[in-house]
Amino acid sequence: MTTPSRYWREIPQRYRLEANKCKNCEITFFPPRLICPQCKNRELEPIKLAETGKILTYTVIRVPPHQFVDQAPYAVGIIELDDGVKITAQVVDCDFEDLKIGQRVRIEFRKIFQEGESGILCYGYKFVPE
Amino acid sequence: MEGIIGYGAYIPRNRIKVEEIAKVWGADAPSYKRGLMLEEKSVPSPDQDTITMSVEAAKYALKRALIDPLEIGAVYVGSESHPYAVKPSGTVLAEALGATPEVHTADFEFACKAGTEGMYVALSLVKAGEIKYGLAVGADTSQGAPGDALEYSAAAGAAAFIFGRENLIAKAVESYSYMTDTPDFWRREYQYYPQHGGRFTGDPSYFKHIIGAAKGIMNKAGMKPSDFNYVIFHQPNGKFPFRVGKMLGFEKRQIEPGWLVNKLGNTYSGSSPMGLTATLDISEPGEKILIVSYGSGAGSDAFVFEVTKRIDEARDLAPRTRDLLDNNKNYLEYGVYAKFRQKIRKAD
Ligand SMILES: [Zn+2]
Repeated sequence: MTTPSRYWREIPQRYRLEANKCKNCEITFFPPRLICPQCKNRELEPIKLAETGKILTYTVIRVPPHQFVDQAPYAVGIIELDDGVKITAQVVDCDFEDLKIGQRVRIEFRKIFQEGESGILCYGYKFVPE
Repeated sequence: MEGIIGYGAYIPRNRIKVEEIAKVWGADAPSYKRGLMLEEKSVPSPDQDTITMSVEAAKYALKRALIDPLEIGAVYVGSESHPYAVKPSGTVLAEALGATPEVHTADFEFACKAGTEGMYVALSLVKAGEIKYGLAVGADTSQGAPGDALEYSAAAGAAAFIFGRENLIAKAVESYSYMTDTPDFWRREYQYYPQHGGRFTGDPSYFKHIIGAAKGIMNKAGMKPSDFNYVIFHQPNGKFPFRVGKMLGFEKRQIEPGWLVNKLGNTYSGSSPMGLTATLDISEPGEKILIVSYGSGAGSDAFVFEVTKRIDEARDLAPRTRDLLDNNKNYLEYGVYAKFRQKIRKAD
């Protein structure tokens, strides 16, 4: 169950791919962190991740968690964005047999799931072939 | 001078053909295709709705406008299929674009006219000097009742426009509205599908208001049909725009560039605005465009735009509307379409 407050806290990263970067060791954190775990530095600058990238690996989910039952089967991939950051997300608008490692993708704003018939609608990023 | 500084459209990739729908209901597909000039329509995926399509169309508009989203002072979404009954679509859109928190946001609703309504208000606020940039989106994922004539046309799509005062793609030369209380189409609270007045949706509704608005704005601007290179009318089916165009003295060639309905369907609040995006895609500096929307209930908004030379650099900063319409299609069978549109009753 996603509570409205948890969903709300994650809006900057879910909607706009907002991350941050340690000014010291230049590591990017997504979701953003308050303290760099590497050097304990508290000076992190906000950045926005790239909206395009390529598929590093993927799988097709046929038996999903309950919020995603209506969407099954669907593909989930690890995407390496053009700025080097790797994120996990659904890959949609594609035929599974056409998916390949190395394929170029870009983000699109989609509904991720909804809390039943009366709960909140949760939006965020998915990937589509470029 | 105020006008359009960025525009964009979005169309889901799923399509269903008229034959596929007609087969299920035992209807005569050729007569629908001839009578309504419809071939296929767009269908949203289960993870697409008015909000998601608005975000994508608006992002394309931002690509053409080349502005900082934080400078957008108003974000309006016009739709009759806002995903929430209570909670704005516009806040999600503004947040996704990074336009919050100094922004005025509202959702508009007026059958198929809600998109141009937002355009009217955003443009007016820019004219008044209240805001630097205003964003207006018309988007819908409308539903027709299974087997109803509307099921052949009710489609999904979005168009977004950013208005401003500098670096215009098209100058806003004139705007005008024409409105009466006419109950030709409605949906009561808690009802899933809309109802319509059948033939009543024609003469006293669509034709009367579009003709009223078109004549009104041409009179106000001192222009006549032959002064325009292009005209876009609301497209509930393929035939109505050509018929109303003929009644007003426009020619087929003026209508065709923005006429998307045969392959797109009726995208309701997105309909005439998407026609405007397709028209801007092919227009040349100096050309003049008339757009007249129609929303049941009933009324029309009309705008006259004059394309500037910036169109040549802005046009290909985002996908063209006809490319979105013609490429990357995914044809659905009725069963999957019914599942996607939640027309199948499942156990709790
Ligand atoms: Zn560090």
